[in-house]
Amino acid sequence: MIEKMTFVQIIKTVLKPEERAPQVPKDTKRVPLEFRLKGKLLTPANIGDQVEIETETGRIETGCLLQVEPCYAHSFGHHVKAIRRVRDLIKAETEDLT
Amino acid sequence: MTRNYDDVMARRPAIMKQSLQLDYDRYEQAGIAFDYERMMQDAGYTFEEVQTIQRDNHVGNTPLIELKRMTAYARLFANPGYGARIFLKDEATNLSGSFKARRAAISIYHAKKLGYKGVIASTSGNYGAAVAALAARAGLKCIIVQECFDSKGIGQPEIVEKARACEAYGAEVLQLSVGPELFYQLLALLEETGYFNASLYSPYGIMGIETLGYEIAQESMAKLGKFPEMVISTNAGGGNITGTARGMKKAGADQTEMVGASVDLSGLHMASDQDFNRKSFTTGHTGFGIPFSTYPDRSDVPRSAARPLRYMDRYVLVNQGSVFYITEALAILEGLERGPAGNISLAAAFSLARSMKEDDVIVVQESEYTGAGKHMNAQVAFAEKNGIALLFGDPLTEQPGTNIVFPEGGNALKHQEIPLDSLRLSYLKRFKDQNLTPAEIRYLSEELKISESHVIKLREEIA
Repeated sequence: MIEKMTFVQIIKTVLKPEERAPQVPKDTKRVPLEFRLKGKLLTPANIGDQVEIETETGRIETGCLLQVEPCYAHSFGHHVKAIRRVRDLIKAETEDLT
Repeated sequence: MTRNYDDVMARRPAIMKQSLQLDYDRYEQAGIAFDYERMMQDAGYTFEEVQTIQRDNHVGNTPLIELKRMTAYARLFANPGYGARIFLKDEATNLSGSFKARRAAISIYHAKKLGYKGVIASTSGNYGAAVAALAARAGLKCIIVQECFDSKGIGQPEIVEKARACEAYGAEVLQLSVGPELFYQLLALLEETGYFNASLYSPYGIMGIETLGYEIAQESMAKLGKFPEMVISTNAGGGNITGTARGMKKAGADQTEMVGASVDLSGLHMASDQDFNRKSFTTGHTGFGIPFSTYPDRSDVPRSAARPLRYMDRYVLVNQGSVFYITEALAILEGLERGPAGNISLAAAFSLARSMKEDDVIVVQESEYTGAGKHMNAQVAFAEKNGIALLFGDPLTEQPGTNIVFPEGGNALKHQEIPLDSLRLSYLKRFKDQNLTPAEIRYLSEELKISESHVIKLREEIA
């Protein structure tokens, strides 16, 4: 059980596939419009439960509990050989520049 | 009040009025026309007041740097006597790391003045961090609504980073999956909270950029004794070139060629869930640049203050591989590590400089911060993981979503020109079956920066 006031992330369906706007392309129309939002859990719950959270601005939102204590995992990515080659090309061409 | 899609969309005019307190109806004229200049003047701030608001917030007055080694590099591929001097307005040094702080500063000041308790902006770009940072300084609450994930829950690294930056400044970030209904979510939140709509497209969002053009003109005159021959602005929603050109004019620089530059993402559908993570640029691309030029009022306000065709003299495209190439060159030749999306116009400048005389001056009018996710390595690694082929060769053969083609050396980096008449034609197509009055034709000639007879000629072509 995840304790009340734990920092969490929820996911909520905003529009079901059949409710999506008419101008949306086919592949997007097959899936729901969802949002993810972080905040403090207002009642003890488990992952996958419908819960209420208090957001950073103090709003109350409901949604499905997705993650406990979400953190940032984005990075600079793996080594890319092509970028190394770009660097070598530029260095070779600019070697004699003052 | 129900919050279903159709009902909220139907309440759009009322929500807009409540969240901007700007009566757009006042500027409507007969037929298709509206009084753009009056709308801008009525916003209630003089140019000097805008400068003061920005100065008080550590925004603006960024350095204009001559990129001497970049210029020398471009000259390797130019005829003798050719190869313009390339300057960079280093907007990354603004509060929050981009020129967007200029726009946010005025919106936030205005929201505070009107007594709003908070602000909301819908943006997946640098504007979010700018609004969040300025809102923090003003003691206002802030919600950023961004399109961030595909249906598998995979976030675009650049947008994930921007969410982090917004959260760092204390904002609430609502992250949506792909789709234009983001606008519905924005309206619902504005209605629920009663907060100010810090739209990129309000007059406040545009007048904040005028200082950027003004500074370029003044600094150029002070340092070089002349206005630049060319200023290149990355073009997405159109505000950047609109505000910059207006500011240049205010400083007397009305002869400078104003060039818009975008990354070519043709073939990718911007509302497609599957295409979403197949692009390496989330802004500054043709998916925004072309539709917002040809139909500016598609924005999140009734009448957009960003009207690029009023100001653009040329529109050029570069491919993704060229922008990454020039981002690497900027770091290793000039010691400036900057975000790739801010270097779109620099890639265009590198190509355009070669056909201009060596005394000519090109100003690239922005740069942006870089970091995890929002870095060329992060973007290209993400593309590679998503099966995008990384090739070397002619950049103009790149197929967005399938491959990225890096130029095989500086000589191969070339831009592509979009004839402005092709954009004007698609702008005019909406009025194809309408009989227009002379006043409306006059309005169109201002909108499209051409003579009335040119408007009539283009309309005949469509018919």
